[in-house]
Amino acid sequence: MVEVTLWAGLIPLADNQKKVTVEATTIRDLLRKLGERYPGPKAPIKNEVAVVLDGTVYRNDWSKELPDGAEVFLMRRLAGG
Amino acid sequence: MSFDATFQEKKLKSVGTRPLRPDGVDKVTGRARYGADYNMPGQLVARVLRSPHAHARIVRIDTARAEGLKGVKAVITAADLPDLTNGNAALFAILDNCMARTKALYDGHAVAAVAAIDAKVARAALKLIEVEYEILPHVVDVDAAARPDAPVIDEGIFTSGVEPKPDSPSNVAARSEFGHGDVEAGFAKAEVIVERSYKTEQTHQGYIEPHACVANCNADGTADLWVCTQGHFVYRQNCADLLGLEVSKLRVTSSEIGGGFGGKTHVWAEPVALALSRKAGRPVKLVMSREEVFRASGPTSATSIDVKIGATRDGRITAATSTLRYTSGPYPDTWAEIGAMTSFACYDLENVKTVGFEVVVNRPKVAAYRAPSAPMAAFAVESAIDELAQEIGMDAVELRIKNAAQEGTRASYGPVYGPIGIGPTLDAARVHPHMSAPLGKNQGRGMACGFWFNFGGETCTDLNISADGTVTLAVGTVDVGGSRASLSLIAAEEMGIPYDDIKAVVADTATLGYNDMTDGSRGTFSSSMATISAARNAITVMRERAALMWDIPVEDVYWEEGQAKAAGSKYGNLSPLSVKDIAAEAGNTGGPIAGHSELVADGAGVSFATHICDVEVDPETGATSIVRYTVIQDAGKAVHPSYVEGQYQGGAAQGIGWALNEEYIYGEDGRLQNPGFLDYRIPVCSDLPMIDTQILEIPNPNHPYGVRGVGETSIVPPLAAVANAVSNAAGVRLSHVPISPPRILAALHKQARE
Repeated sequence: MVEVTLWAGLIPLADNQKKVTVEATTIRDLLRKLGERYPGPKAPIKNEVAVVLDGTVYRNDWSKELPDGAEVFLMRRLAGG
Repeated sequence: MSFDATFQEKKLKSVGTRPLRPDGVDKVTGRARYGADYNMPGQLVARVLRSPHAHARIVRIDTARAEGLKGVKAVITAADLPDLTNGNAALFAILDNCMARTKALYDGHAVAAVAAIDAKVARAALKLIEVEYEILPHVVDVDAAARPDAPVIDEGIFTSGVEPKPDSPSNVAARSEFGHGDVEAGFAKAEVIVERSYKTEQTHQGYIEPHACVANCNADGTADLWVCTQGHFVYRQNCADLLGLEVSKLRVTSSEIGGGFGGKTHVWAEPVALALSRKAGRPVKLVMSREEVFRASGPTSATSIDVKIGATRDGRITAATSTLRYTSGPYPDTWAEIGAMTSFACYDLENVKTVGFEVVVNRPKVAAYRAPSAPMAAFAVESAIDELAQEIGMDAVELRIKNAAQEGTRASYGPVYGPIGIGPTLDAARVHPHMSAPLGKNQGRGMACGFWFNFGGETCTDLNISADGTVTLAVGTVDVGGSRASLSLIAAEEMGIPYDDIKAVVADTATLGYNDMTDGSRGTFSSSMATISAARNAITVMRERAALMWDIPVEDVYWEEGQAKAAGSKYGNLSPLSVKDIAAEAGNTGGPIAGHSELVADGAGVSFATHICDVEVDPETGATSIVRYTVIQDAGKAVHPSYVEGQYQGGAAQGIGWALNEEYIYGEDGRLQNPGFLDYRIPVCSDLPMIDTQILEIPNPNHPYGVRGVGETSIVPPLAAVANAVSNAAGVRLSHVPISPPRILAALHKQARE
């Protein structure tokens, strides 16, 4: 079970919760379950999300396992130069 | 991901050396082919008609007379680029920016384009296109645009991120907020509070090579595009989406690139060239002039930022807030949000709140510029931190060290940091000889820190071994700063062969799998990961081939120092086989030898830098000269140290120009007054000292060699480092970038009057 903190833009789409708890083992598992629970965030999750695990940002590697006790943040995907 | 990217400490032979770059000779002899250096048989010349108005409704466009001119082969307007974006607002903004549809939204916005047999005819044709405009009120200033009485640029924009949802449109497209703790309680504990407002003006990336392409659409639905870009796969997708082409039928080849810095991360004119070619049935070359680059390709945001920092007298920050307003051009974007995320990212704060407001204005569509949005936020925060240090009588470096983020700190943008590198850059600055060097008359010293999110992305690499044992490395990330050299070093290291035996090329979109573009400081970070993976796959094949040549089990063959060797004493008489030996027999051991890799490179890790700057200010003229400049930044592992230093120096040079001189200047009519390098002054060699660099190497745990991206962070601290130095030299605080001579003189005169 991991506690996920959402970025402000997602909160209104997730019943106004800033943190949600999900039973998940990988980033893919986490995003799939979030999408099932909150159909609203599906589009932003597909295109705009990056997942921060213990301070490291993951944008594409959805197979990344969620370490026990990891701090998990959903963040907007950012532009770079 | 099957590839294990975990850092493994090992002795390196090639990585860390400084060989010549493979593209160097062509570049210094003028043989390198850039965007405008490619030609096709029967090629036409394109020219674009641009709005002279900052904001105007397009009532009517009549192209008949232009189409009738001898030598004109096609004229297009927005009608030739129908909206295929299917509700994708970001893509629609790119489309509308390429060719205005109902309104011209800034001075220079494209409204029509011509393809003709030569430039003279094309220019003449532009004059024959009749456009009837209904001129609308405009606004270009960030603060003016955010006011309730400002002319509304887009009636469909209602500020998002606020409750209740507004019932009237405005130019403030969105609000975002980050932070934690209780800032009011934190300020109540403060013994000293610094509260200031800052402005930064809009700057252009200033790449020397303008946007340029040659487009060819064939009748069978296939198309080719030769283009100067940071990401040819992304340009392929953009163009295919906007023109309704099948992605795989559009082949995009990236030229050499004369700078991009974020400005070549999405299309600006390429769909126009393709649409002209489609209509004319001939290849079309489109090259922007410098004036067009300034007026109509993406600069960075202009900003207005308020900062408040409270601290105890012993130098512990108790609370901090920032409110950041960023322009995005006429289309909503997320630049202020990024500024809000980065503004206090260097510090360990118990109570922090940052708020961003995205503001649309009648200026060109904003594009990324090297660590986009971070330099302006750092300018404001690092200026205020410096003033705080002065207020409490503490050394500027010591104050930052006392409050620096570290492993376990909750970042102001949310997550808790893992191992990070700001502390080591500050420690290095504290003991750097630059910090204690004497200063002369009218000279001042400033320093500042900077933060940026690096990232990786989708990456694909092919490594092909030729019959003579030399290697072609085909990568899909455009080489913007020496990555063909760094990736060749990586391949040489992994395979155990000389650097000179490797030829790295940037492959086109038809010959390699998809790659994200070169942005987010990801070129060497990502493609080196794929190169390591591809090399290891090639070595697996070579071990198998060696086993066949020796007729022994592959399990008994291992790879060491560029050779296949047989394990154990029972094969004592077998001489090792080199890459050349194995390649020579490839035709009879299974055919060509190659290693491929497709992966997502993630775990780039955040990046920090500390800069030190000495300036001399002439009190008579207000002119500033940079006397000495030092960049300290963590590279994880510097694969090619010269090009890491080049990135550090380049970022600092651009930041110095931004700090001292560069700005978009608009007239009352909303037209850009300085669209050229004579009036928009970027630093040249004679403006700068040799910029000193100190590379720290704290391995990135998520890369096999410990590599971090190094391309962007170096532009984050200079605005503040220069501003702090100038303020110390002049004895008056400068809070409006660029700190140009008129602004310095005005500040000095104001101080004298007071």
